[in-house]
Amino acid sequence: MTTLDSSKEIQKNNSEVNDTHEDFRMFGLITFLIADGMTFAGFFAAYLTYKAVNPLPDGAIYELELSIPTLNTILLLVSSATFHKAGKALLKDKNSESQKWLSFTAFLGIIFLICQLFEYFHLPFGLTDNLFASTFYALTGFHGLHVTLGTLMILIIAWQARIKGGRLTSQNMFPLEAVELYWHFVDGIWVILFIILYLL
Amino acid sequence: MTISIDPQKTNNESLQPKGWLRYFSFSLDHKVIGIQYLVCGFLFYLIGGTLASAIRIELASPMSDFMPRDVYNQVLTLHGTIMIFLWIVPVVNGAFGNYLIPFYVGARDMAFPRLNAVAFWLIPPSGLMLVASYFVEGAAQAGWTAYPPLSITTPQSGQIIWILSVLLLGGSSIFGGINFIATIIKLRRPGLKLMQLPMYCWAMLGTSLLVVLSTPVLAGTLILLSFDIIANTGFFNPVLGGNVVVYQHLFWFYSHPAVYIMVLPAFGLVSEILPVHARKPLFGYTTMVFSIMGIVVLGLVVWAHHMFTSGTPPWMRLFFTIATAFIAVPTGIKFFNWVATLWGGKISINSAMLFSCGFIINFVFGGITGVALAQVPFDIHVHDTYFVVAHFHYIVYGGTVFIIFSSIYHWFPKVTGKMLNEKLGILHFIITFIGFNLCFAPQHWLGLNGMPRRVAEYDPQFQFVNQISSLGALLMAISTIPFLINVFLSVRNGKDAGDNPWNALTPEWLTSSPPPVENWEGEAPLVEEPYGYGKEIS
Repeated sequence: MTTLDSSKEIQKNNSEVNDTHEDFRMFGLITFLIADGMTFAGFFAAYLTYKAVNPLPDGAIYELELSIPTLNTILLLVSSATFHKAGKALLKDKNSESQKWLSFTAFLGIIFLICQLFEYFHLPFGLTDNLFASTFYALTGFHGLHVTLGTLMILIIAWQARIKGGRLTSQNMFPLEAVELYWHFVDGIWVILFIILYLL
Repeated sequence: MTISIDPQKTNNESLQPKGWLRYFSFSLDHKVIGIQYLVCGFLFYLIGGTLASAIRIELASPMSDFMPRDVYNQVLTLHGTIMIFLWIVPVVNGAFGNYLIPFYVGARDMAFPRLNAVAFWLIPPSGLMLVASYFVEGAAQAGWTAYPPLSITTPQSGQIIWILSVLLLGGSSIFGGINFIATIIKLRRPGLKLMQLPMYCWAMLGTSLLVVLSTPVLAGTLILLSFDIIANTGFFNPVLGGNVVVYQHLFWFYSHPAVYIMVLPAFGLVSEILPVHARKPLFGYTTMVFSIMGIVVLGLVVWAHHMFTSGTPPWMRLFFTIATAFIAVPTGIKFFNWVATLWGGKISINSAMLFSCGFIINFVFGGITGVALAQVPFDIHVHDTYFVVAHFHYIVYGGTVFIIFSSIYHWFPKVTGKMLNEKLGILHFIITFIGFNLCFAPQHWLGLNGMPRRVAEYDPQFQFVNQISSLGALLMAISTIPFLINVFLSVRNGKDAGDNPWNALTPEWLTSSPPPVENWEGEAPLVEEPYGYGKEIS
């Protein structure tokens, strides 16, 4: 009897397998972010090695102005929180509120990028001046690219969260959850980058 | 949360081309993608093999007479890059992984079919781009390692195309890796435990972890290198205050695991083939699993053994020597497990078995020279000589390529429904095995006597041994002919294979040959003992 039951159980599982499966898009995204994080890890390792073993030419320094990057750090941390708010609002089917929070997050991202560009234009060194300058631009530029992509994706899901005909609803949270995870990842990378590049 | 599969969306076969045309389409079927990988990889193998023949013709005489020296450098760069990034990595991972993994986990397709197709279709354009770079201003000349400052000072266009091509191939590899991890971890049929999976799944899980962890570092490094070439930055340019050793560290952080990315799947495949043709369960399943994972962990922390002559500090030499020597332990466990699987088995002497046994012999030899190379005093003596070339080819050709052929002989009946001709197959094996050993065994001697690699000219005292090696290369080139004849004849007029010609127990043999679009008519079977040979069927 028991064997019959268990085989029925397996058959039931089977038919479930054939029609539906667990959502593992998030799992795939996490794997991708680990890979992406390894790219940054490579850059960080290169930077720290340079700093330890390669002396800079006379007059070049590792010190950087801290005010703008500190503001940028705060901007990104706040944007992580506002993104979280957007998710919570969507979960309660408050689409327009969610849309507002998302737009605000994208706005913070854009401000971050503007501040970053402002910093670039006011730095005393250019891309090819010395090893530190090159590494600085490569690291912040690669991160800036991530912020740009993230901001674009936030704008897209903000548009998708509109009430009529939007694809982002409390039943279909995946786009928001995916971009949110990516955004937290980009913020986390920034915090590490800020510590290594500006504070150390 | 669950996703319901809309049959109209996944069953878009009516929209897909039928017959051979589907191999040229953006098909989402993992079996079609697997064959796309295999055939595409094999075409690049023919190109890479032609380049290898050109190298051996040049080296048949001590002077640079067959081609100019800079062309020789381009040829060896293209040979290495094509063979690694376009033949071995896509075929042992992409081709067999895509074809077999969904069967092994009891799924109807990979976890992300669209990503899968994208990953494949990145390969042909980047491969063609790489080959075409020869006709622009000459291909890259800095070898497959692209060490700066050489890669910065040689002609730029070829090197930049090389970087772009390797970046795309790396992206393809990462997408594939993500897909395999998700498929093996998440898409397993209910009731199938991890420790019941066929060994190839474990090998692919380990390989994909390495791909996901190490390939991005190579991508970042190559981006920095392209900045050095295009934008005149000085990351790796000592003239501008940069550091070439940092490039070497970052490069080998990928490229040492890349050796395991090339050879771990072969370990998995041979573990599938041996039990079937020896009619015995795979010996030491659990130790196999742990040694694969041990190799994955150790493989990530041994990279600097490629850099013992790069001014590496003594503590680093000590650490990397010991770590590298440790890899011999899990690898040795696997070797003994394969031998123990064969021990006392009812062995059928067929092409698949012969190539697998050839693998075991070649691989243990390459493994021994690998342990030797990990020892600093010895490595400094033979660094950048033909000893390294011989060691490397014993692993990737004698190891992985032998297994690729073995796997083709083993799974051809499943893919096409036709048997390959055994006589031609055994002929193929004999010529390949003799040719391979004739080509590469003498190179150990050349290296020990100080013949440097990657140079078009050499001391005339080495001429005779080089000619033996070139003769072996000629045999290897010839060995492709019976194989190709065999494949073409068998696809047209081969003996019908039936569903399970080897009486194998792994899940892919429990469906028809060739398998239907969604792998099984009805439900996926639950295979709890993929290696239960010699046991009573309950």
